[in-house]
Amino acid sequence: MLEKALHGSLRYWIWMACLILVFCAGFFFYLRQLDYGLGITGMSRDVSWGLYIAQFTFLVGVAASAVMLMLPYYLHDYKAFGRITVLGEFLAVSAVVMCILFVFVDLGRPSRVMNVLLHPQPASILFWDMVVLSGYLFINIITGWVVLSCTQKEIPPPGWVKPIIYLSIPWAISIHTVTAFIYAGLPGRSFWLTAIMAPRFLASAFASGPALLILVCLILKRWGRFDAGEKAIQTLAKIVAYALAVSIFFVLVELFTVFYSQIPEHLHHFQYLFAGLDGRHNLVAWMWAFAVLSTAAFVILILPGVRRKEGWLSLACVLVFASLWIEKGLGLVIPGFIPSPLGAITEYSPTGPEIAITLGVWAAGFLLLTVFYKIFVHVRGGTDGSSCSPAVDKMIQ
Amino acid sequence: MTPSRRDFLKIAGASALTIMTPAIFVPTWAKDGIAIPPGQGLAPKKALAARRWAMAVDLTKCAENCTDCIVACHAVHNVPDFGNPKDEIKWIWTEPFASVFPGEAHDYSGEKLQKMRPPVFCNHCKNPPCVRVCPTGATFQRTDGIVMMDYHRCIGCRLCMAACPYGARSMNYRDPRPLIAKINPDFPTRTKGVVEKCNFCEERLAKGTLPACVEACRQKAITFGDADDPRSEIRRLLETRFSLQRRAHLGTGPQIYYLL
Repeated sequence: MLEKALHGSLRYWIWMACLILVFCAGFFFYLRQLDYGLGITGMSRDVSWGLYIAQFTFLVGVAASAVMLMLPYYLHDYKAFGRITVLGEFLAVSAVVMCILFVFVDLGRPSRVMNVLLHPQPASILFWDMVVLSGYLFINIITGWVVLSCTQKEIPPPGWVKPIIYLSIPWAISIHTVTAFIYAGLPGRSFWLTAIMAPRFLASAFASGPALLILVCLILKRWGRFDAGEKAIQTLAKIVAYALAVSIFFVLVELFTVFYSQIPEHLHHFQYLFAGLDGRHNLVAWMWAFAVLSTAAFVILILPGVRRKEGWLSLACVLVFASLWIEKGLGLVIPGFIPSPLGAITEYSPTGPEIAITLGVWAAGFLLLTVFYKIFVHVRGGTDGSSCSPAVDKMIQ
Repeated sequence: MTPSRRDFLKIAGASALTIMTPAIFVPTWAKDGIAIPPGQGLAPKKALAARRWAMAVDLTKCAENCTDCIVACHAVHNVPDFGNPKDEIKWIWTEPFASVFPGEAHDYSGEKLQKMRPPVFCNHCKNPPCVRVCPTGATFQRTDGIVMMDYHRCIGCRLCMAACPYGARSMNYRDPRPLIAKINPDFPTRTKGVVEKCNFCEERLAKGTLPACVEACRQKAITFGDADDPRSEIRRLLETRFSLQRRAHLGTGPQIYYLL
């Protein structure tokens, strides 16, 4: 099926060329980082994780896109999602690949990465995160690919994939939980030391993943000769609305606990985040942007009349994605280090090479995503125009 | 019958897996089972040994603006000086009293406490979070309590830096070697990309000498010894003097005690 990605319009090739260019720029700067060390980034002794680990955290969330399709379709037989579960799986694959790349570029000694397998430490949450992420990657590659191949051959998928599909649902929950535990289990970092961390991860994941999926479906509908169907998109929009509401609620719950109890160790991080501390306020504008964007998205999504208009819906999805990127990608990892355990306020801002490497990893992910979706559209469009073949409808009943 | 390409790949794949098997599943009977009786290991007889190494810093003796312990430690351990706080590597340094012991100082603490800058080190915790989180075992705890780093196994993920409640760990963000003032050939230098910290001078203990900071202190403010030994000097101090541990409420069991 891979050869399908080699035939495309001029627009397709221009898009691919741009992605490859960004990827190559990132790779060039990664070689420089390998040569000089992580000192090329804005990370410091006090703020020892930055943009890379923050992107990783956000993208683990995006990988949840799959489960929000799998669960309704396979457990509740919600037919409208039948045509797009593969889209969710491929989005998950691309997101997990980006996650792994972000962890990799963050390593000080990447050549030793296999030490994690050679000397496995069951007490380390990072070890378990590697296990669940690679497991999730394989599950989605297998199920996505098998289901799509069977669609092409117009046969129902083999019985053995069904248990794997069922397994993927709890497995998706595990990737967020384990990733949240990396942060929530550290005794000295009061910003992360909250039991609501894993639920917060899940809620924002179920909003950001499906929001990106809606955008992709709308793009495929306009330019890709594939219509996911009004019903599927609207159901996804409702899922995004609920997940965003829960996500905002969880943030407010955190804010209440911290600001009402006024325990300095917990309070200072949030003060830095929303008001600035000692005249340092790199993240303040970002966090208020998150507050405004997520509220705006929520208002658009809860009004059924507005939500049904494609223009408004795509705007809302862009807002959801952007605001949750701020919340997870900037506002969750970095303030955990500010102030430091010794009360020092060291600010962090990424350097040019660091941003280039980050964009390079995103480009790699979107490259993969474009190839997957190109194949998908070919297979789907190839069977009979933009509608489903009867065999596809009979998929795994 | 000529095997098809598919068959060939199947056989090749299966063979590769077979070769890898012993590397992954090593039966217990195939492992080296040589137990070294105590006292017959590689460590020389004169090595200092303890069941729980600990350190007591007498803040009443610690002199203002003195950096003897820091200079000695950093020289012995090839700690580079980058000259900027971003890439900084430090094993011992000083901090204001209120930062070292948040909650112990208040608005009306006298001038003496406000000006005091206790030296801070790795606490060699009884229950070290850095060891718990390390994904490769590069950070580990010895039976005598010393929390150690294997610079050859560390992958530079920096989870230990996030886990340490004392900010005791430094990352080699750049190649440290060109910035070491004078290389001490008796102690390894580090490479870029690994994390490092105070090691309680385990290399000196093995040779029978006390840690460099203890020897360097002209005020004799630092006492090093076995906290598990009821007859040791450090135990006598801890039993007779009032002492503080840094952020003891976190349950890490820090083994640096500050005498007041």
